[in-house]
Amino acid sequence: MITAKGEGMTLSMLHGEPRVITVGTSVLSEALDAQAVPQTRVDWRPPLPGTAPALAELLADPRREQANDVAVGRLLSARPHLIGVRPARDVLGLEPGTFFHAGPPITWERASGPMRGALIGAMLFEGLAASPEEAEHRLSSGGTTLDPCHHHRTVGPMAGVVSPSMWMLEVADAEHGGTAYCSLNEGLGKVLRYGAYGPEVIDRLRWMGEVLGPVLQAALERSGPLDLRSLIAQALQMGDELHNRNRAATSLLVREIAPAIVDAAPERAAEVLRFINGNDHFFLNAGMAAAKVSADAARNVPGSSLVVAMARNGTDFGIQVSGLGNRWFTGPAGVPDGLYLGAYGPDDANPDIGDSTITETSGLGGFAMAAAPAIVRFVGGDVSDAVAATTSMYEITLAEHPAYQIPGLGFRGTPVGIDITLVARTGVLPVVNTGIAGRVAGTGQVGAGLVSPPADAFTAALEALADA
Amino acid sequence: MNDLVEVRAGVYHDSVSLMRVSQALTGRAGVTVAIVAMATELNVELARDVGFAVPAATAGDLLVAIRASSEEELGAAAAELERQLAAKASGGGAEAGAALPRTTRSAARSWDATVALVSVPGEHAFVEAADAVEAGLSVMIFSDNVPVEQEIQLKERARAKGVLVMGPDCGTAVIGGAGLGFANVLRPGPVGVVAASGTGAQQVSSLLDLAGVGVSHLLGVGGRDLSAEVGGRSAVQALRALDADPATELIVLISKPPAPEVAAAVRDLGLSKPLVAALLGPGQDDLTTTAEKVLGALGREIPEWPSWPAEQPDGDEQPGTQQPGREQPGIAHSGAGQSGAGQSDGFEQADGRGQADGRGQAGGRGQAGGAPSGGGVLRGLYSGGTLCTEAALIALAGGDVSGEFTDFGDDEYTRGRAHPMIDPALRLEALAAVGSGVVLLDVVLGHGADPDPSAWLAPAIGDARARGVAVVVALVGTDGDPQGLRAQAARLNSAGAAVFTSNAAAARHARHLASA
Repeated sequence: MITAKGEGMTLSMLHGEPRVITVGTSVLSEALDAQAVPQTRVDWRPPLPGTAPALAELLADPRREQANDVAVGRLLSARPHLIGVRPARDVLGLEPGTFFHAGPPITWERASGPMRGALIGAMLFEGLAASPEEAEHRLSSGGTTLDPCHHHRTVGPMAGVVSPSMWMLEVADAEHGGTAYCSLNEGLGKVLRYGAYGPEVIDRLRWMGEVLGPVLQAALERSGPLDLRSLIAQALQMGDELHNRNRAATSLLVREIAPAIVDAAPERAAEVLRFINGNDHFFLNAGMAAAKVSADAARNVPGSSLVVAMARNGTDFGIQVSGLGNRWFTGPAGVPDGLYLGAYGPDDANPDIGDSTITETSGLGGFAMAAAPAIVRFVGGDVSDAVAATTSMYEITLAEHPAYQIPGLGFRGTPVGIDITLVARTGVLPVVNTGIAGRVAGTGQVGAGLVSPPADAFTAALEALADA
Repeated sequence: MNDLVEVRAGVYHDSVSLMRVSQALTGRAGVTVAIVAMATELNVELARDVGFAVPAATAGDLLVAIRASSEEELGAAAAELERQLAAKASGGGAEAGAALPRTTRSAARSWDATVALVSVPGEHAFVEAADAVEAGLSVMIFSDNVPVEQEIQLKERARAKGVLVMGPDCGTAVIGGAGLGFANVLRPGPVGVVAASGTGAQQVSSLLDLAGVGVSHLLGVGGRDLSAEVGGRSAVQALRALDADPATELIVLISKPPAPEVAAAVRDLGLSKPLVAALLGPGQDDLTTTAEKVLGALGREIPEWPSWPAEQPDGDEQPGTQQPGREQPGIAHSGAGQSGAGQSDGFEQADGRGQADGRGQAGGRGQAGGAPSGGGVLRGLYSGGTLCTEAALIALAGGDVSGEFTDFGDDEYTRGRAHPMIDPALRLEALAAVGSGVVLLDVVLGHGADPDPSAWLAPAIGDARARGVAVVVALVGTDGDPQGLRAQAARLNSAGAAVFTSNAAAARHARHLASA
């Protein structure tokens, strides 16, 4: 270190055995091999086309290093707790005729089948239309308002449609004081979030508002806040990646809250517990709200290139970046590559949809794939593919999670904090696990699999940050 | 004609690897042209110029263009290409199948390193170097074509982190015995070298090694470090670090012509150890003199620098009989003169130190070969920038010899292709284009450099000699270098070149030939 006088400068590299990182031409690596000098080679390739000037600009930004430390530090240190279950109209001030939805902003005209189906269902559920036809007419003629969940501290899986009468999981960050919301999970098959709006869908939503929500709220009042960070950490070690597999987390949730449910509503406890137990993904929505409140803590750090949201509306895939406020950077949503239910196939699939990519944004889901060998078929077949998926995500993330660990990787922390400069440099895109919605409104889920975000969203954000 | 033209999207290999693949394919029977290169504008144009129908491509794609005289030979070449590329892919370093890090940042996080060596294309070098500095690592930037603003910024950050930025355009460094970049194999010893000149440092340290004196560390700082803009930021750090280094007894600072105020500031640091500064330029010590001054300061004997005079083609001349005792005017420096020439057994001749310089062998040979070696036509074809400058200063001093010197290691010649110490193509072309007079060129040995430069240069020298061109080689290297200093000298010499381990001596010899 240099003293104030500039004297006594020592360089640590002059002491001890030289150990060299080589990046670039192979002939210089070979020269080190010839001298038996220990080295690690970087598998360098040119960055995404056209990004070199912006990358140089951003790497030169003196704010970036510390800004990213601050931003990802907040993401990592968030302590999400489930504190309540309450109606959207109460906690989000949602008015009749306004609907929140997944992903970046979208209009009815550009909305895909499942998004339209979910909006139709929400109109019916709220009593704003008597028939799907009437709902569609009203939605298309401009009497309603569509607004992204992400603009309201909220996330929603798949179509992510939220209407005033839906009950929301309320998650608070005990570290930074933020709050985030997510709807209650309806289960699989014909459900609103996949664009189904038949009578059984509406009936289930009614029951969730009348029974499930109030019972959970009463139970939480008895049990006190539920530490989601702890539940997620445990579930990762039990084979969940918290996006496409939530079986362990759901089981842990039930274990935590079942006594309080029985105490709070003995006559309803059986049906509530039966409902939760019948849905391996019940925890997903709580996990999403936990991820949302953590990612929101990392927002608005000037100069930071950290991704704080990835979300899809069924038409566009959008990202938001800490140093760029609430601007969205979008590209076309891709069609997931995956496994299909029953007779469904790729032709039935809608492009990627949902806010559930908030799990990947916070280092779970596809990023934690190596923790979930039970569902490796989604990523191509065997455990090594899952390990490769997670391992590659360390190349584009800023940190490893101190609490969320992967046993199979020697309890290494999950890769957390996507940095758009690293995405542009490596060309490695986030690995996203996802459910697949049917293309046609009203179909519901047709499969699950893996999807790649559009590189354009990341390069557009990169340009904007360089210009900022 | 049987053409194979392909553009492979998103396949990347570095330019040196691809050059080797191209060379291997071009050397096959029946293959007339083989271009395997990244599809930069330049390379695509090159392929189109020779008649390949290249489809649209970007610089991120791999261009393959092969022409062979028969379908079978084309097929065999294509198969060989796949074999070579596959070898690159796995040789790229699948250690037990583990994925390699994709950025310097990632490598620094997963592995305990002491220094990073960056040699990606210049426009990407800043990003990788910034990773290293952020991770608290010193970094050598071999890449050239890096903007000076980026250099200054990196050096500022490095100073704050207590690490050193060597470069950009830093050709050589030796750290704790490990040679980075183009590096001669040097014995360990008491001399610490700070160099804003890669080949300058290689010349001085190689001569020291030949004199039996080793180096502790050789820290390159990049050719622009002592400019007014960069202000000697890295040189100051490196000098202080060597001053504090227990293995270093004496420090040598070598730089291309510095900004005067920077030179003054650097000399004025108040180091506790002796400093020999070689701030090159007109009227300054040349590199050989610098090495000799270091030896003097250490109380070591100054040896005669090895050289190998060109053989007399006709055997009709006697050493010392032509232009006896001729002194070369205009060269103040007394050391490292011409070799004892004209002796058929002249290997490892002393270079005439203390004897009369230039005992006339060269002019005599030129005349004997009937070539117009007089006439003042001297062509300098260099791979090392400082060696080039030094040679031009010496050979053209006084203005009585006319000549043209080209540094093929300059940014202008290295954009999109490998350094001339690795890729001889441009220099070979230039050598082949010389029809008369004297050619002076450098051959730099050591790790990283061409594994056997005489293999391509000796035949080219033979051809040049056949055209009546006299060839003088400055051979920079040590006995430890993998190419073998003496084996290389012997091959170049038997092809007809006069070979000197001192560039200054080579330049004087060339001047003498050209002015004879």
